[in-house]
Amino acid sequence: MATRKKTIRTIPQERTPVQEQDPLERATNFTEVSCGYNVQEAAREAERCLMCPDQPCVRGCPVGIDIPAFVKKITEKHFHGAYDIITDTNLLPAICGRVCPQENQCEGVCTVGQTLEPVAIGRLERFVGDMAIREGWASIPYIEPAGFRVGIVGSGPAGMACAADLAKAGCEVVVYEALHEPGGVLKYGIPDFRLPNEVIDAEIQKLRRLGIRFECNTLVGRLFTIEQMLTELGFHAVFVGTGAGYPSFMGIPGESLNGVLSANELLTRCNLMRARDFPNFDTPLMPGKHVAVIGAGNTAMDALRVSLRLGADGVHCIYRRSKKEAPARVEEIHHAEEEGVDFNWLTSPIEILGDKDKRVRALRCVKMELGAPDESGRRRPVPVAGSEFEFETDMVVFAIGTNANPILGQTSKLALNRRGYIATDGNLATSIAGVYAGGDIVTGAATVIEAMGAGRMAARGIKAYLGLRDTDSIYEDELASISTRFGINGEEHGFAQLRIG
Amino acid sequence: MPNNVPASGYRIVARQDFSDVTYLLEIEHPLMARAARPGQFVIVMEHERGERIPLTIADFDAAKGTITLVIQAVGKTTKEMQANCTVGTRLYAVVGPMGIPSRIGAAKKVVCVGGGLGVAPIYPQARGYRESGAYVIGVIGFRNRDLMFWEDKFRAVCDELIVCTDDGSAGIKGLVTEGIKQAIAAHPDIDEVVAIGPPIMMKGCAETTRPHKIKTIVSLNPVMVDGTGMCGGCRVKIGDQVKFACVDGPDFDGHLVDFDDLMSRLVRYKRAEQEALERFQETCRLRGTAETEMEVTSLDRPSTDG
Repeated sequence: MATRKKTIRTIPQERTPVQEQDPLERATNFTEVSCGYNVQEAAREAERCLMCPDQPCVRGCPVGIDIPAFVKKITEKHFHGAYDIITDTNLLPAICGRVCPQENQCEGVCTVGQTLEPVAIGRLERFVGDMAIREGWASIPYIEPAGFRVGIVGSGPAGMACAADLAKAGCEVVVYEALHEPGGVLKYGIPDFRLPNEVIDAEIQKLRRLGIRFECNTLVGRLFTIEQMLTELGFHAVFVGTGAGYPSFMGIPGESLNGVLSANELLTRCNLMRARDFPNFDTPLMPGKHVAVIGAGNTAMDALRVSLRLGADGVHCIYRRSKKEAPARVEEIHHAEEEGVDFNWLTSPIEILGDKDKRVRALRCVKMELGAPDESGRRRPVPVAGSEFEFETDMVVFAIGTNANPILGQTSKLALNRRGYIATDGNLATSIAGVYAGGDIVTGAATVIEAMGAGRMAARGIKAYLGLRDTDSIYEDELASISTRFGINGEEHGFAQLRIG
Repeated sequence: MPNNVPASGYRIVARQDFSDVTYLLEIEHPLMARAARPGQFVIVMEHERGERIPLTIADFDAAKGTITLVIQAVGKTTKEMQANCTVGTRLYAVVGPMGIPSRIGAAKKVVCVGGGLGVAPIYPQARGYRESGAYVIGVIGFRNRDLMFWEDKFRAVCDELIVCTDDGSAGIKGLVTEGIKQAIAAHPDIDEVVAIGPPIMMKGCAETTRPHKIKTIVSLNPVMVDGTGMCGGCRVKIGDQVKFACVDGPDFDGHLVDFDDLMSRLVRYKRAEQEALERFQETCRLRGTAETEMEVTSLDRPSTDG
């Protein structure tokens, strides 16, 4: 091939911008903010990939998508091919392209990014995923039934990823969901303007086409236990991906006032229960006029932006550290700023004040400054003496993380760690043989893609446990470890068998 | 084990109306009928646009494969269910059993107190204690004789039954706290009191037993959404701790519960709930007048009856 080798000087220098709804207009609706790339934009952006030989982006991806290969397919306008490459490792590109924190993953280590802005890998992934949904593509491989049944607890990202891998390996997979619709945090947590429900439903429909069955309204642990799944329900293995889901509060005075709620409650009412369409939907929500959201993670950004769309006059983010330490995706903070969220960095709430009807009236805060680094490596915020102040608010939303959900601990013999999360080994096996766990219920609150990575890792563990051949070859280093399994060199494998025989 | 989830919802197999406001629904759910224990609750959605409402399980029958709910039509959803949920119709979602089952401990003599909407859910507890060999004193309270139900069911599982009505039209005149006082006076050796009902009633029960230092368990039913610990809407103050009623309860030590906090939090969505109820009643009125003409589409949602 006589193609000229691409260099950092020959590629398009500017990152291709993506069309977005106007900030002022979108702050009043729940339609998606980013319109995504069109074919020309995607092709131009794909040209920016240098196809560098060391492929840091692949290592930066928690599920190891072959990024240069799919980007190359886009440059060739072979979009179905790009889709097939992505779905080799990630069945949910339309979701991950939207919600992954790419700046800390693939894009964060992109070679182009050392000199220019990195290749917009997330937007390209979304482009491919959306096109697949639009065109009705699905990569349904030929599946040889393996004769095993696997039960999955929780239909969020971890459960979906695990279910997909096991279904492809020929297992009969049933996914149990406690809520009335599958999707977990993608449905109840992430708002439509960031991840439209139709996208989730389309991806779930693809999983159904793999033969996966979703059973909603099923609270595992209470309706039947993990142990019963292995005995009476006849599952050969179980994966637990229930999510962390037990929101934290700060323990400051006034938290039980009316108008104080967790971000989970606000988002669930608004997204899953569609309280934003009250009274056409029955779930009520009393939107605040001046909303304060405590925290600066992705959930906090969602709560802030949902509040804006519900018609608040002022929406304030309260975070005790500075913008640099905020855990949210850069894009989310940027979008929130554009839409008019008022950020109060280095501010910590100390008391919520109520009126005579026990409704929130104001929030008392103290200014913080950054001191010495703490165990997380971030500089610890310390209060500035005498800097207390009050501001008026009628709704306070806590988005400061979650604790471990206690239901499975209460109802099974699963060993938990000190913090109440499910204890697992390196392969995500729990203390019960055949039961694997992954995602937030193991690690505490993390990201969608990390949960998917955990779901896939557990699927590999389950396949090994069931004695199924694992045809996935995702991680180079994993291949390396297989080649020296039991300390025997790969080439000596036959020799070892001979000796044993 | 049979597949528990029919694709089209959960069938209502029996219904009984105790009064204008109180009705019983028996719902087919074989797995839950087997798993349910006294003190647990379910979350019900009538249709796909409905809200999730928590309801304490009033009875369960593993042999028949059904669970029983007794519902008071007080808000939009419960009134709408009263109008629509006839035998053979299906509920869109029923999930449970939720919450930690009541600990039917080694108590030798217990008082099971149910008031108003709490009468039905106290029944499985009374039966549970009876089965564990305890001496069970039932105290059930209603506003008047017309609202009474399940007296026979309670007589069958209680060694003594004290019926209380506000107007004295049946049993003794007075609140259930009067019944508790009577029981305490007659039995100095009561180990435990279990009370279910409106928060103000449970508060009264806890205050009645406090001077006697009798262990008192109450079942809390605050506002919740998912019922699995995820939203935190149901948080309640228990002593100096904050607990989630859905996964840490619903049973708590009545002497530690901050009932005033619970009651002020119960009215959080009152304005919206009132609005929904008025809208619903207006729609019903309109439908009532228009019924002769044609099927009215003003209830802007698809029927989920089928």
